[in-house]
Amino acid sequence: MIEFTFWDILRNLLLATRWTIVLSLIAFIGGATVGLVLTFMRLSSSRWLQRLTALYVDLFQGTPLLMQLFLIFFGAAAMGYPISAWLAASIALTLFTSAFLCDIWRGCLEAVAKGQWHAARVLGMNYFQTMRHVILPQALRLSIPPTVGFSVQVIKGTALASIIGFVELTKAGTMLNNATFEPFTIFALVALLYFALCYPLSCYARYLEKKLYDAGLR
Amino acid sequence: MGPTLDFLTLLPYVSELLQGLTTTVILTVVTTFTGLALAVAVAYLRVNGQPWLRWGLGGYVEVTRNTPFIVQLFFIFFGLPGLGIKIDAITAAFIAMTLNLAAYSAEILRAGISATAQGQLEAGRALGMTTLQSYRHVVLVPAFARVYPSLISQAIIVMLGSAVVSQISVFDLTYAANFIQSRNFRSFEVYLLITLVYLLLAFGMRRAFMLVGKRLFAYQQGEQR
Repeated sequence: MIEFTFWDILRNLLLATRWTIVLSLIAFIGGATVGLVLTFMRLSSSRWLQRLTALYVDLFQGTPLLMQLFLIFFGAAAMGYPISAWLAASIALTLFTSAFLCDIWRGCLEAVAKGQWHAARVLGMNYFQTMRHVILPQALRLSIPPTVGFSVQVIKGTALASIIGFVELTKAGTMLNNATFEPFTIFALVALLYFALCYPLSCYARYLEKKLYDAGLR
Repeated sequence: MGPTLDFLTLLPYVSELLQGLTTTVILTVVTTFTGLALAVAVAYLRVNGQPWLRWGLGGYVEVTRNTPFIVQLFFIFFGLPGLGIKIDAITAAFIAMTLNLAAYSAEILRAGISATAQGQLEAGRALGMTTLQSYRHVVLVPAFARVYPSLISQAIIVMLGSAVVSQISVFDLTYAANFIQSRNFRSFEVYLLITLVYLLLAFGMRRAFMLVGKRLFAYQQGEQR
């Protein structure tokens, strides 16, 4: 049997943290792209698109992320297209992130006063000019703090990929625990590593929120 | 296995589904009460407690909010026995869910509490209320009413997150799903059904909470009009 020292455990956990970070980045970038498309679908003039997007958001916000993962992982296999845990986790987390970001960004766009739309249109701007010069710059400022705040939820969400067998920080923790029987040390270290990733983002989000508040925008 | 769905293969497993549903509902109902009660205490002490207590509770809230629920659950279930504290799976689930909901709700409540003007507390005292009475009627209940919608959402998030307790072999809805799919190999049908059940639970919870809120805070809504 191989002996694990404290440093062996820490080194293995740190190596696994890479995959937590990579998966978080994929989910966040993918989710932001899909979420942006969804946000504009949600705000389009088509009733049909609006309802469809609202349903999408409700479905992802009203069901456990774990079930979304299982459905994609086992669903793809049942349909005859088995996919890796890696791909399943990327797809599930992307869809999950997109639903939440769509909801956050829609709120920000709607928070810009309606009168500004009318004012811009009266000045002769068309829909895209109004969006680009009047609405988006303001909505963008409002959206940054909650978006940074949500990235913490994405990082924490990647921990569930461990359940379908993707080796990231949490899975590495359970594997090391099976080999060393030192659950207290290992899970404390796992928690500490997640904290090290998430806490700076939480603080940054709070700082940005305060800055907006001080500027009188909130 | 072709791409056909066959939900009839789930019929022999109705009792497992009901057992899982019961566990998830009981876990959720109990931890919603214990979690919110603890949140009130934490929020109060974070504002009014001794400096060391405020600091300690701040640490608890931040650590809980910045680590995944599954790691908290594993730490409590696998980690604590290492210190000689032995607990069974369902107790670990209760503790983890309560601590998780309390940390988020305490932070939500704190925002509601800090929105109350200091002068109102003094007004309460001047009317002859004791400190605790004025705190309860002037600060706590209005703060609760103010942040009630956020508390509903948080309780629902914890309910959905409870799917993870299946990983320490608590027989909840997700555990029932895993159990059934290991017998009939119909994973997609099982997970689709269970996902729908969670969706209905989330919907039902929101409804129930809103009804309770309407009764609890009826006078507050009258005040705002």
